[in-house]
Amino acid sequence: MSFNNLDTLYRQVIMDHYKNPRNRGQLEGDHITVEMNNPTCGDRIDLQLKIEDGVVQDAKYEGEGCSISMSSASMMTQVIIGKPVEDAIKISHMFSDMMLGNDADTNEYKIEDLGDIQALQGVSKFPARIKCATLAWKAMEQGVEKE
Amino acid sequence: MLNEEVRKQFPILDQEVNEHRLVYLDSAATSQKPSSVIHALSEYYEGYNSNVHRGVHTLGTRATEGYEGAREKVKQFINAKNIKEVVFTRGTTTAINTVAHSYARENLSEGDEIVLTKMEHHSNIIPWQQVAKVTGAKLKYIPLQEDGTISLDDVRELVTSKTKIVAMSHVSNVLGTINPIKEVTKIAHDNGAVIVVDGAQSVPHMRVDVQDLDVDFYAFSGHKMCGPTGIGVLYGKQSLLENMEPVEFGGEMIDFVNLYDSTWKELPWKFEGGTPIIAGAIGLGAAIDFLNEIGMENIEKHEEELAKYALEQMETIDDITIYGPKERAGLVTFNLGDVHPHDAATALDSLGIAVRAGHHCAQPLMKELQVAATARASFYLYNSKQDVDQLVEGLRKTKEYFGDVF
Repeated sequence: MSFNNLDTLYRQVIMDHYKNPRNRGQLEGDHITVEMNNPTCGDRIDLQLKIEDGVVQDAKYEGEGCSISMSSASMMTQVIIGKPVEDAIKISHMFSDMMLGNDADTNEYKIEDLGDIQALQGVSKFPARIKCATLAWKAMEQGVEKE
Repeated sequence: MLNEEVRKQFPILDQEVNEHRLVYLDSAATSQKPSSVIHALSEYYEGYNSNVHRGVHTLGTRATEGYEGAREKVKQFINAKNIKEVVFTRGTTTAINTVAHSYARENLSEGDEIVLTKMEHHSNIIPWQQVAKVTGAKLKYIPLQEDGTISLDDVRELVTSKTKIVAMSHVSNVLGTINPIKEVTKIAHDNGAVIVVDGAQSVPHMRVDVQDLDVDFYAFSGHKMCGPTGIGVLYGKQSLLENMEPVEFGGEMIDFVNLYDSTWKELPWKFEGGTPIIAGAIGLGAAIDFLNEIGMENIEKHEEELAKYALEQMETIDDITIYGPKERAGLVTFNLGDVHPHDAATALDSLGIAVRAGHHCAQPLMKELQVAATARASFYLYNSKQDVDQLVEGLRKTKEYFGDVF
């Protein structure tokens, strides 16, 4: 009895983000808050975004969920901080494409240039877990739309 | 215990998933179907598919016999007094909603109370919340004791002359608790209330006698008892159903239709508007035949032994938390240390083991247990000690795996 393909999902870098989350916590001062949950499984994220002059200045999150949803949130905040809102949305769409197994690269960005999030590529092989990975990104898209 | 021959009657179980022998432990969500049920469905579609009750042609007559024959089987299976008390629905949810709509909304008003337990499935909570909003009635919850059971003293305290409805699951889909329905029914009746029982997790696994329990309404689903999806049953006492209005209006359920008014067919057909779930009912009938052949007492005993064995074995795993009472139906809900249940379920799946992870449609209960989610292994007549052993080995491996990476 040995695990079939499990390592393609649980990459070291994912576990690292789960164990040592980046940008977990509460933002001070003016910011947007988005709460989102995955009603089928109970995962929950509370995302805070600070957007100034069309740029994501800072992002933090709280929440509870599995290693995939929480590590994805950690990686997402890392990627979008400092990026213009349009680019954040663009990257979010790339991420969706990556989850669906589509070609995700755009003219401006390549997935492998976006740091740790490429480790989540393996999730696309586990259809039941895609919703876990996309939760934080959906919250982010909703947040920037609020702005 | 039941033997391997039972498993062999379920073709789906004879396969490998992720290169391992499939161990299906999610029967509380939906059960697998034996060949006899699958054949009954294809026989119907290949041999006598037709609409019921009105065709004078031969196929129509055969379909009607099949559909109404299934009702007779259900009647005997739960020991209803007569077929007027057996209404086919889409499932447990529709059955409970029918009572909420057609009985509760009509009979409740401000000051009345509906008593539930904290272990209910959403389908036995939300319909009553909606009734409360419309009628002004109040919801009250019977608390859970430390071990996941309810106390009859609490029931006696909460059920009063203000109570009009007591709604309760016979068996909890999360804790496996078997509720004392007969005793609760007596308390409800002594206070002039009716009882509505969610039987989704009981009817598939134990002998249920609605007359002996003396329940007023009892709801269950076909797909959790070896039957197809999309068919379920609302049992209701004739005297109550007689005085209830249909929820759906249209074909099949009418007696006379005039331009401005119409009358309804008699029970149970007045509750079955539109072309009914013919194939589903026939499939459910075949499932009942199958369960009867094995014997509900044997199934109950088999699962009791399996649950006991599973509990003993699972308790030996370090850091495991098991929810629910010692004496339970055939399911075990648990958490494996710090491993999130989704991660555990994915890891088990990669070993061919299908368990459920999440809130199991019981968010208020999850809050009560102070967890966001849990994993659940649920057993049925086709599971064996080998399945339990594979689960336990899988859990140990899962713990090791995440212990290493965490």
